[in-house]
Amino acid sequence: MSPLHLCLLISTGLFCIGLAGALARSNTILVLLGIELMLNAANINFIAFWRFGPSPVAGNGMIFVLFAIAVAAAEAAVGLALIIAVYRHQKNIRLQDSTTLKG
Amino acid sequence: MTLSAQSLWLIPALPLLAAAIGAISARKNRSIAAGSAILAMSISFVLSCLALNGALLAPANHAFFNFDWFDLGATTVRLGFLLDPLTAFMCVMVTFVGTLIFIFSLGYMKEDANFKQFFCFLSFFAAAMLGLLIANSLLLLFICWELVGLASYLLIGFWFHKPSAAAAAKKAFITTRIGDLGLLLGILWLYDSSGSLLFYDGGHGVLELATLTSLSGQTLACGLAASTAIGLLIFCGAVGKSGQFPLHVWLPDAMEGPTPVSALIHAATMVAAGVFLVARVYPLMSADALLAAVPVHALTVVAFIGAITALMGALIACAQNDIKRVLAFSTVSQLGYMMLALGVGSWTAAIFHLLTHAFFKALLFLGAGSVIHAAHHEQDIRSLGGLRTKMKVTFANFAIGMMALSGVPFLFSGFWSKEAILHAAHGWNVSSLPLYAGLAAVVLTAFYMTRLIAETFFGKARSEHAEHAHENSAVMTLPLVILAVCAMALSFLAWPSPWLQHQLDPELQIETSGHGLMILSIILVGAGLSLGWWIYGRKLRQTVQQRDPLNHAAPAVMAALANRLGFDELYAGTVGRVNTLTAAFANALDRWVIGGLVNFLAHLGVFSGGVNRQIDEDNLNGGFDRVSASIRGSGQRYSKAQTGEAHGYLRVIAIAFIVLALALVMGGVR
Amino acid sequence: MIPALFLIALLMLGSAAAAMLLRNLIHSALLLIVSWAGVAAFYLWAGAEFVAFAQILVYVGAISMVVLFAVLLTRQNQIIDTVIEPASRARAATAFTVAACVAAVFSAAILSTKFHPAAPEAPTASVKEIGLTLMNEHGGALLIVGLILTVALLGATILAATDRDEDQSQPSDAALPPKETP
Repeated sequence: MSPLHLCLLISTGLFCIGLAGALARSNTILVLLGIELMLNAANINFIAFWRFGPSPVAGNGMIFVLFAIAVAAAEAAVGLALIIAVYRHQKNIRLQDSTTLKG
Repeated sequence: MTLSAQSLWLIPALPLLAAAIGAISARKNRSIAAGSAILAMSISFVLSCLALNGALLAPANHAFFNFDWFDLGATTVRLGFLLDPLTAFMCVMVTFVGTLIFIFSLGYMKEDANFKQFFCFLSFFAAAMLGLLIANSLLLLFICWELVGLASYLLIGFWFHKPSAAAAAKKAFITTRIGDLGLLLGILWLYDSSGSLLFYDGGHGVLELATLTSLSGQTLACGLAASTAIGLLIFCGAVGKSGQFPLHVWLPDAMEGPTPVSALIHAATMVAAGVFLVARVYPLMSADALLAAVPVHALTVVAFIGAITALMGALIACAQNDIKRVLAFSTVSQLGYMMLALGVGSWTAAIFHLLTHAFFKALLFLGAGSVIHAAHHEQDIRSLGGLRTKMKVTFANFAIGMMALSGVPFLFSGFWSKEAILHAAHGWNVSSLPLYAGLAAVVLTAFYMTRLIAETFFGKARSEHAEHAHENSAVMTLPLVILAVCAMALSFLAWPSPWLQHQLDPELQIETSGHGLMILSIILVGAGLSLGWWIYGRKLRQTVQQRDPLNHAAPAVMAALANRLGFDELYAGTVGRVNTLTAAFANALDRWVIGGLVNFLAHLGVFSGGVNRQIDEDNLNGGFDRVSASIRGSGQRYSKAQTGEAHGYLRVIAIAFIVLALALVMGGVR
Repeated sequence: MIPALFLIALLMLGSAAAAMLLRNLIHSALLLIVSWAGVAAFYLWAGAEFVAFAQILVYVGAISMVVLFAVLLTRQNQIIDTVIEPASRARAATAFTVAACVAAVFSAAILSTKFHPAAPEAPTASVKEIGLTLMNEHGGALLIVGLILTVALLGATILAATDRDEDQSQPSDAALPPKETP
């Protein structure tokens, strides 16, 4: 098994831990953090392919990750602000309780 | 057995490990945190002794070990460890005093709920301080410097539920930050002009001849040599950390922390970091000494700042009533002495005083801590009194510390180190003002320490707490005894021959200016002691309210001194005011200029919206109503699938992904 | 090289899994910080120092603070919810099943793929090169990301800021009796 395989398997592990957390936990903050973990797993893939794959343009993988981190930062900020707004409204942050927008 | 420069990292690593153990151990588990802290510190002490042993074999040699930290493209950032007598002596001092203070804390903090955290912070502080000492790179030194500042913040604010402690922690952090900005600028400038931050690097380091020559050769627009400007910027950091005028304001307030912290950080070790820094970069500071054309030498500034601080600290100490604040201002004054020694060209005398001061000031602070602990946190000397008979061990040790600090001749180490500084000041040919300031501070030091002893230990108890005080357990008195023995025994470092100074700098020539100066300073110490006893000892204070005799004689002067010469008010009035005004200006700009523009745009939007609505309602509505009715019908049917549960949506996405992936594989679409 | 990777993976996955399993929110948040630091360590291992520093700055430094603040701001009487509802048990069961299926699909895909032999030398990208690439080729994208960040942060501030009108309008809500807000 090559290092690339290993890296990809590790990122799969991180992704699925994040997915399981996002699906199972009722606390919205933890759901958001699970999604952050999934994003991190994707970033690991970028770096793994940059490091071990045939890279025609040096540095492309890194640039991808930098942008992804920037967008993830924005996402986390907005997400947590939303959580605080929801908390102020319904006095808890259980995700299954925020169903006001259902049809 | 010796310790080489490669394995020097072990010395700070052990306390760091202890801090980590303390951090992750359970809150109730007190013995693990305290035990690992004390054990790590003792092992570090043994290692430091081994390092000292090695360093003394070749005192002139700067053994270093440099390594690459990380590289950014073409440039590589390198750090390193340095082993020379300066580092080794400091390490031994910090670990030894540190171990004793840790043991003392066992007793002093026994009843505190956050006992475990306290030891965690203490170990963390020790690790940062030791890292600072062994650094062979200004960058590593700066990192540890900031960590030391952080530890100090955490420990001053340890009783953070007291608003005064929280404020003091903030003040200490921000005030030292002002100095650190100078230090950082100095580091950046140094890196820019020399391309390296390593102290010694086989000829390429910043403290080695090639760099120093090129730095002192560059002349700036204002006529200063580059090395002078860099040296002064680095000195800014030392001014902040060592509580020198004008950034001394944080040090007395830092006494809000637990007393062992005051002893460890604000007397023995951390505040000495500034002195150590200047001593470490001494070749850089003195690189301009031979240039005749420059308007000012870096060391001249250091000497005058030190002299001002020494005199001012001693003056203010005479008018304080809190036992810890008297000692705090005495620390300010003694640090001024050290800076004075550095400035007049005798860094070895400064380090000598630093080492002896660390022992007797730790002794005094722990003695004060013992008094405070026994008197149920009564710190006002007017309310104490009469403790001489109740706390015999503490009294005896405190008296030894007091005599060492005052410079009582021959038996006490403080006398010898102060002598070394005064001799160096005497031999300085630029100005004799620092010498006079130093001599005046000698009288004042003896005076206020006599006052402190007389008020605290003599007479009769003037409050209920003092009435019921009794001697503390051995875990608190034993460190006192050991420190007291050291405060006396360290005399051997200077007598019969100035051994320590020769070890620090083998090429040093100590010119002896006869015994005249020594006799004069002995007379001055005697004068200070007898003056103090004449004013405070003859007629002992009877009640808490009774006015201070000096206050009676010169109320205006004493009030100003008690108010610490108004530095806090001055800073609040100038720096604070400017800050408030800037904020108000920014607020007005935001509110009126930018806000006005936004409001205008908003009104424009509302107006165009109104126009739009008129067009909409009159012409378009009928057709859209019918379309939307049919959309609403179908929407209601599909909305059943929208449960509103985010978990459900996410689950559907994941399942859909699995199904799609399987379909791709089964369908053979590859 | 490979043992180091295993260590890093252990740190990263172990702390992430523990974070998702623990019931104490603060512990979860702190463990996630460890996990992010592990990701940064992975980047360092792979030779992408710049990305590693960005990861530490953004995740370990900034996002962790925001998360901790969010946890503390939304803390209820007890951080540990002691009651485990049957519904949440069922949800946890399905969550693990689904995650395991996804893991299986991914692993099968990865293991069945033959990649090019590994590059013998790590590709180098100095800070200067990255800076030039960012500013030249990806200058437009960089501007857009800056804009997104600004807008997102402004939006987050507005969302999280206390809305005075909302507090005043609540009692006038005719259908509901005025709530007592602590």
